[in-house]
Amino acid sequence: MSEFATDYSLAELLICANAAAYDDDGEILVTGIGVLPRIAASLAMKTSNLDIMMTDSEAWLLAEPNPVGQRPDDFIQKNETWMGFSRIFDNVWSGCRHITGGPTQMDCFGQSNISCLGGSYEQPKVQMLGARGFPGNSISHANSFLIPSHNTRVFVEGECDMVCTIGYNPARLPKGHQLADVDLRMVLTNLCVMDFGGPDFQMRVVSLHPGVNIDEVTQNTGFELCIPDTIPVTVGPTKAQLSVIAQLDPHDLRSRQLKDNPPGVRI
Amino acid sequence: MNKVMKAADMVASLRDGMTVGIGGWGPRRKPMALIREILRSDLKDLTLVAYGGADVGMLCAAGKVKKVVFAFVSLDFIPLEPYFRQARQQGAIETLEIDEGMMLLGLRAAAWGCPFIPTQVGLGTDVLNVNPELKVVDSPYDDKEWLAMPALQLDAALIHVDRADNRGVCQIKGADHYMDDWFARAATKTYVSCDELVDSDYFTPEQEARFVFWERSQTTGVIPIAGGAHPSSCSPFYGFDVPHFKEYAASAKEGGFNTYVDKYINGKSEADYQALVGGIDSIKQLPLAVY
Repeated sequence: MSEFATDYSLAELLICANAAAYDDDGEILVTGIGVLPRIAASLAMKTSNLDIMMTDSEAWLLAEPNPVGQRPDDFIQKNETWMGFSRIFDNVWSGCRHITGGPTQMDCFGQSNISCLGGSYEQPKVQMLGARGFPGNSISHANSFLIPSHNTRVFVEGECDMVCTIGYNPARLPKGHQLADVDLRMVLTNLCVMDFGGPDFQMRVVSLHPGVNIDEVTQNTGFELCIPDTIPVTVGPTKAQLSVIAQLDPHDLRSRQLKDNPPGVRI
Repeated sequence: MNKVMKAADMVASLRDGMTVGIGGWGPRRKPMALIREILRSDLKDLTLVAYGGADVGMLCAAGKVKKVVFAFVSLDFIPLEPYFRQARQQGAIETLEIDEGMMLLGLRAAAWGCPFIPTQVGLGTDVLNVNPELKVVDSPYDDKEWLAMPALQLDAALIHVDRADNRGVCQIKGADHYMDDWFARAATKTYVSCDELVDSDYFTPEQEARFVFWERSQTTGVIPIAGGAHPSSCSPFYGFDVPHFKEYAASAKEGGFNTYVDKYINGKSEADYQALVGGIDSIKQLPLAVY
């Protein structure tokens, strides 16, 4: 076990915590959507779960993760097989995948939204991306979420404006399905790590980032969380992890993902 | 059989109210020259089916669209397509918002002559609630309900490819052909613009024939337009035009679509358009995106 680092950013803390989500996944396709989740998936593939598969975010399955950002002209991508978008669905529907995405809203059932906000569905106040692959991801395989701004506009009271993913909502459970069929894993925010391990799949605080108080989490969440009696501090990066992260992100894109690139330990 | 035609011939074969599928993905390998030809026409009330980018945004902005069948409309590096966004926020278009994979299933159902394909995708979400036209069915083989993804039957598909011959053999050499083969198969008529028109012998070597993803019987018309995907990409020939997309997106904030369309499209030929964006040589210099 490498020595723990003392000086690290919140982005690096989240990368390491996100990577840990894949520890017990075995040989599956991991997709991290966005810079931090992608570095996290790459870190896991390089260090903690060597069996992971991942793509180049374009059309190839890789034997080695690509560093993020511009790569040198002589860089040779280590392809393993063709993995165009149509074939991604063959993998998704087989269930052999774990994704970390970043929704704009999440509710107490773990349902999430990337489609549109406010107004009516016919005329939303803010049109966003559309449901993309979220409905299929959520019902087909494991799903984690990295949400960098923990507040009540994101973790909403009531249901999401447009529910793009199936969650632990008995009222929406399709006939013949069980809530336990839904596989929502880890929710990472700028404040804490959560999962759905509370009673009846209630969202539960798993760890608080260094220096974060539980009251800050509850005040910034629009629904009731399961709060265990003792909550550990989120495990920080090791020096070895930081060194691998630096190789996977040579242009330090990670420092530009969170506003003002805050330190991992609150001052 | 010689299927070579002009973009204007393609537009002349379309009718108001038709359902038109558009190949490509976001800002990648979109048949933009064909879209520009539609923008110059009187066509209206179209239903679009697409993994959408500026193709959908421009047609919405020009008031040509009645309904969009979509899972996303995005320019990738500009995540939210500005004119699709405006159309939605004005309540100007009808929608069928589905999962990316559901669209693939809908195209396959149309291609295979099935009324629907059962899937669990979409169950438990608002995809069912906001789209009353989507139904669930019981399975004769288990006790679950399944979403019956209806066939997305297309009157026409518009696709851009790297190369084609005059019989409609089409080659896509870029790393991904996306769902273009299914758009071609789901459509009554498929119109394909190509960067290069080649002799049929071009496809003789196996390593060339391997990149032909549908039979020529699925191709109705071939429209040679070098650079015809601009401002979207046609990998490996050219990447998408980042400054051009930025100018396009900025017009949504200031000036409106007319400033864009008057500058580049209205009253201008495709040759005029290419001259305005720097010419075909500079299009072919556009760097490929790094993902």
